[in-house]
Amino acid sequence: MHTVTRPIIVFLCLCLLLLLLFPVVGSSFYTGLVTKIMILSIFTISLDLLIGFTGLVSFGHAAFFGIGAYLLAILFGNLEQINYWWSLTLTLSLTGVAALLVGWLCIRTSGVYFIMLTLAFAQMFFYFFFESPHFGGDDGIFMLNKPQITLATRQLVDLDNEHHFYYFVLAWLVGVYLFLSMILRAPFGHVLIAIKANEQRVRALGYSTPHYKLVSFVIAGTIAGLAGFLEAAHTNFVTPAYLGWHESGMAIMMVILGGMGTLFGPVIGTFIVVLLQDFLPEFTEHWKLIMGAIIIFVVLFLPNGIAGLIFSISNRFSSRAPGGREG
Amino acid sequence: MPEIILRTEHLCKNFGGLKATDDVSLEFERGKVHAILGPNGAGKTTLINLLSGELQPSSGRISFKGYDITDARPEKISRIGIGRSFQKTNILPGFSCFQNCWIGAQSCLITSMRFFRPARHLRMVHRRADHALQLCGLAGKRNQIAGTMSYGEQRQLEIAMMLATEPELLLLDEPLAGMGSEESQQVTALLRELAREQTLILIEHDMDAVFSLADRITVMVDGAELETGSVEQIRNSQAVQDAYLGHADEEVA
Ligand SMILES: Nc1ncnc2c1ncn2[C@@H]1O[C@H](COP(=O)(O)OP(=O)(O)O)[C@@H](O)[C@H]1O
Ligand SMILES: [Mg+2]
Repeated sequence: MHTVTRPIIVFLCLCLLLLLLFPVVGSSFYTGLVTKIMILSIFTISLDLLIGFTGLVSFGHAAFFGIGAYLLAILFGNLEQINYWWSLTLTLSLTGVAALLVGWLCIRTSGVYFIMLTLAFAQMFFYFFFESPHFGGDDGIFMLNKPQITLATRQLVDLDNEHHFYYFVLAWLVGVYLFLSMILRAPFGHVLIAIKANEQRVRALGYSTPHYKLVSFVIAGTIAGLAGFLEAAHTNFVTPAYLGWHESGMAIMMVILGGMGTLFGPVIGTFIVVLLQDFLPEFTEHWKLIMGAIIIFVVLFLPNGIAGLIFSISNRFSSRAPGGREG
Repeated sequence: MPEIILRTEHLCKNFGGLKATDDVSLEFERGKVHAILGPNGAGKTTLINLLSGELQPSSGRISFKGYDITDARPEKISRIGIGRSFQKTNILPGFSCFQNCWIGAQSCLITSMRFFRPARHLRMVHRRADHALQLCGLAGKRNQIAGTMSYGEQRQLEIAMMLATEPELLLLDEPLAGMGSEESQQVTALLRELAREQTLILIEHDMDAVFSLADRITVMVDGAELETGSVEQIRNSQAVQDAYLGHADEEVA
């Protein structure tokens, strides 16, 4: 458990400032790339709620990302006008229901069995979309339009404008970050973090730990569905690959690399992995080797990921924080 | 008429062919200290695990204040007022002492499914956690990471976490095991203090502590109740002498 100290807050505000200013200087290509990374970050943060805070290593989290994306495309993809509020509400509630059903079955198990079961469910969803001609099969689905964000017939944000889309996603990323920090500071979060440390003991202290794990799973799944919704709206396209185990595995990697159990770690991990994936191939065709080496280095020498490194640097700047009460 | 707070009827627990608990029928009176003695492997911890819901009995009944709790889960048992400490230290090693007790104390909320206000604003939980630390003499270690404390202090924290839930009935599984003599005296004093208001079921190997604290003693051998009686009765019982006290020296770990 880390206490978010003042230097960390300053660091996060600087990062936010950079993200706010970026579209001013960045080209269209990079604005689009950073938008994509921020959407993925929402997904990896939600996975961190499971891995880093609840102790549930889900190897099927991409299923909910994909379900969110597919729901938008299937239910609204053919419409001339997509109402943002309706499509978002419907997509998130249905993804939440899916997470509830999957979670209800999976949280009975733990450790390796939990990993296997979440993977199996995700593969089931993957093949469902992959093999169903109705939903585009392996070609995926193209969407005609993006959701319209209007309030009393006035358009608030124009998602067809890439800068608008960028700030729209940034606002969601900040919102998700603040929402998760809020629930982690609340009594609920304290129980989650304790469950990760020693579930049996927490149970003996009077908490129905399966319920807490299930709620955590549903919250994480719903946020992953939000990321999928944003991705589908961004690219106007969904593909079964969104649900594949490869996506889930990459997300785990980003969380671990960035530092699990911290909310900003996964965001950093996502930026690093996606940027490396985009730029390393330009320098060498053996870029996958270099990627592997970087990951091995981080796991061996930075056990708490890059966020852990940032925490130890920040602790040198700040005098010891008083009475650790932070979640 | 003394009130029976907890009662077991023909309680059995089998592990494969092994009868770890063998037809145990016991009554525990409110406000008393009831000690359970027995050599290693007698089934004392198994009995506590059955009472605390950690294990489900193979047959028999358990009732608490007249309610059947035979099939209740650990969290339910804790919430109705039965707290337990573990023989094998079972704490949250990466958390500070205060945070360990916090988790116990927070279970006083009707539910912790609260998502909005920061937990640290909950004054009552604060007080309970600090009170539990104070009782166990850990107030000075409030912010120390539990895993970095001495073994004896971790044992004290083990008890503090249970006390933070403010139970009515305390199940203590060898609270003094492995403690130095000073810590041991501290904890004995704490148990005596607790015994004034609460009901204790105490498993302990330390004879002096048991004889000085207990109102009643049950001796168990091979999963079954050998004899139950007052301290004097147990001291003078020939059967107990033969089965246990005679070679108590070997048993004291
Ligand atoms: N989970 C278990 N599975 C199988 N056997 C067990 C288990 N728990 C305890 N036992 C056995 O039950 C007997 C009683 O153990 P226990 O209750 O720990 O004794 P005590 O606490 O009196 O030393 C021992 O023989 C032990 O090996
Ligand atoms: Mg034992």
